[in-house]
Amino acid sequence: MPGLDLYSAPAIDLHQRASPRPAARLAHADSLGMGRLSPARVEMHVLDNTQVERLEAEAVNSAKVRQPMYAARKKIFPKRTTGSFRRFKWLVMAITLGIYYLIPWLRWDRGPFAPDQAVLLDLVNRRFYFFFIEIWPQEFYYVAGLLIMAGVGLFLITSTVGRAWCGYTCPQTVWVDLFLVVERAIEGDRNARMKLDAGPWTARKLALRVSKHAIWLVIGAATGGAWVFYFADAPTLIGELFTGTAAPVAYITVAVLTATTYTFGGLMREQVCTYMCPWPRIQAAMLDESSLTVTYNDWRGEPRSRHAKKVQAAGQSVGDCVDCNACVAVCPMGIDIRDGQQLECITCALCIDACDGVMDKLGRERGLISYATLSDYNANMMLATAGGSSSVNPSLVRTADGLFSDKVAHFHIRKIFRPRTYVYMGMWSLIGLGLLYSLLTRDRLEVNVLHDRNPQFVTLSDGSIRNGYTVKLLNMIPEPRTIVVTMQGLQGGEMSVVGDDVKAGRSFAIPVEPDRLKMLKVFVRQPADQIHGAAQTFTFRVEDKSSFEADEYTATFNAPETAR
Amino acid sequence: MSDEHLDEISGISTTGHEWDGIRELNNPLPRWWVITFYITIVWAIGYTIAYPAWPLLHSATKGVLGYSSRNEVRNELTAAEAAKGKYISAVESKSVSEIAADDGLREFAIAAGGAAFKVNCVQCHGSGAQGSKGFPNLNDDDWLWGGKAEQIQQTITHGIRFASDPDTRLSEMPAFGDIITADQIAQVSAYVASLSGKVQNAGLIEPGAKVFAENCVACHGANAKGNKELGAPDLTDAIWLYGSGEAAIAAQVRAPKQGVMPAWGARLGETKVKELAVYIHSLGGGE
Repeated sequence: MPGLDLYSAPAIDLHQRASPRPAARLAHADSLGMGRLSPARVEMHVLDNTQVERLEAEAVNSAKVRQPMYAARKKIFPKRTTGSFRRFKWLVMAITLGIYYLIPWLRWDRGPFAPDQAVLLDLVNRRFYFFFIEIWPQEFYYVAGLLIMAGVGLFLITSTVGRAWCGYTCPQTVWVDLFLVVERAIEGDRNARMKLDAGPWTARKLALRVSKHAIWLVIGAATGGAWVFYFADAPTLIGELFTGTAAPVAYITVAVLTATTYTFGGLMREQVCTYMCPWPRIQAAMLDESSLTVTYNDWRGEPRSRHAKKVQAAGQSVGDCVDCNACVAVCPMGIDIRDGQQLECITCALCIDACDGVMDKLGRERGLISYATLSDYNANMMLATAGGSSSVNPSLVRTADGLFSDKVAHFHIRKIFRPRTYVYMGMWSLIGLGLLYSLLTRDRLEVNVLHDRNPQFVTLSDGSIRNGYTVKLLNMIPEPRTIVVTMQGLQGGEMSVVGDDVKAGRSFAIPVEPDRLKMLKVFVRQPADQIHGAAQTFTFRVEDKSSFEADEYTATFNAPETAR
Repeated sequence: MSDEHLDEISGISTTGHEWDGIRELNNPLPRWWVITFYITIVWAIGYTIAYPAWPLLHSATKGVLGYSSRNEVRNELTAAEAAKGKYISAVESKSVSEIAADDGLREFAIAAGGAAFKVNCVQCHGSGAQGSKGFPNLNDDDWLWGGKAEQIQQTITHGIRFASDPDTRLSEMPAFGDIITADQIAQVSAYVASLSGKVQNAGLIEPGAKVFAENCVACHGANAKGNKELGAPDLTDAIWLYGSGEAAIAAQVRAPKQGVMPAWGARLGETKVKELAVYIHSLGGGE
């Protein structure tokens, strides 16, 4: 972007000789006497901020004030918010937790020879069930494909709507939200919690703390408990878990996941995102100037003032931000969004809800903090600073009657559809269609053949040559089948099966258990006078006569250089 | 030496250590690191109490859990033996043909016999039991002493021409170089070669048939199909232990090589021999 970039705007900064942080920098606007308003505008701009509660909140997790690593972490007490994003987050939380806890309990009838759990990772039998799909270990590329789709999907989501994964669906976010619900229910909202935390250890405090941690541990145990149900028949396992007869690995898994859920969700919280998680670093690299991010629009908010009336009476310009700190108080990450985009921000949009509530009370337009693209933000900053030549002057973005000027850039859904978006969508869809095609056309009957290497061939007493093969029949459906094995080619050749009394011939039928592999030792014999060359090829064809499924394998038949 | 002072640039106090004017800042370690460090110390103390750890003069402390890696191996071996137990007792009590007829038992015997074969038999018969000149191929369907499972068991148990076993399979082809003339040897060799379709000197075949009838039929039979009771090979088939063709046959008539196989019964025990017999019978030539 020409001229103005939020992160490196030396042109403005040097010009104004102000501090590099936009908020701090723009606070100097008053003293510089910029943006003097006309008397008429002053009347309209007198904000009635008596109704706005001012909160004592500090951005304790912001990089500039964060404590060194050896110091104790400053606790964050996020205030409860209401609003459309909060409602959306409740919905996402209900859906994601619902999926996680309920999926193992869904049933799916696969007949008598396979488990009836809709989603099951049967590690013991090495079978993976997902509703109507069953995969064997050698088909694990479907999972790899899904992971690639998840990766490309993340590119798509991040490049369009920013860190939506972090803010809404990441398990860390969802579980911290859940733990905060418990904390609020027991200890009260922000102020009550801060007071309790600072207060001495009384019986009441002890009781509240014990019950809070106990409920957290129960949630942790339920989380770990739900995890193991994906790996075994859930109704059976839950009985075993409670009667103490489940496998040790189940208890260990539950214990480990209980510990991690409790520690990450209850104790570590935002530290997991700030210090442990690589995602913020990766996702930040995927954003560009057309990605939506949670943005404090200082082009309309600055100069912020707690005493708008006084400032305006003094004839100075004043922005929409009344510095009530609502956005800081609700932030679960403990940052101040007005400092600009930062690594710690998970874009949960709760500050948008908080700020919109304040703007409603003040009778101002919503969206002082909003989802905005960097290019829109930059355009509006150019407008508000008269092309970067002055500090922010709110009157430049408004018309004489106090409305936004036509030149203010607003978000439109079209803006996020750009070549990059289509490339990601195309890749994502192509991989998805490829997987779907492969899934719909995959073989459920397979044959694999391994030719004996030692000896490669055996001369029999009548001079004929015999080769040995290990033939593996894969019946990949949960129904018993009778498979007909036929050999094609190799003139005069005949098959016989070790341990099976079928007569030597060019075809035999053999029953295969449901959902199992059957391994056969097959000898193929060719009379001496029919042998043409030291290596001939022929085909094993396996067929299921009832479903017309078939598979083939081309094998080699070895004979001595000179047939006897 | 110990001269603590505040570093002017960073405002952090130093540890008081100084090397050539270089001082060390006293930056505390991150909390999580310190906590983890203390946890490892506690863990280590618990570990040395629970497990064998402290070296003493002649041994080491045993640890309250009583763990020992040797015991672990012993237990695993016992468990493995116990798992094999029911198969082994079944192998002991059943005959080789019964074992071969039972799917599960046959699979067990083939695995066990295959392992024993790799240790005891590959030196002569080869790792694929394919044999070599003078050492029979066990994959094919030509058996000197019989290819039924019981006959194979008998051969393995007592060996062939193995002097120290009284029940060993015994036969000896005379050295005909001392009995018949060189011409007769050439004639009979041409005849025997012709039985499996290898004709070199067609003129010698007819006199050779006469020599054969006079000298060889006692063991190899009038139709030259051999005699498994005597270990006399079938001379009409495509398999030749000491080489096909008139020259190789003549050499064997003149001064026969007599292969020896040791008796394995006393050495390996009956069960192992049965497993070997089932394995060899399964290689493809078993009758």
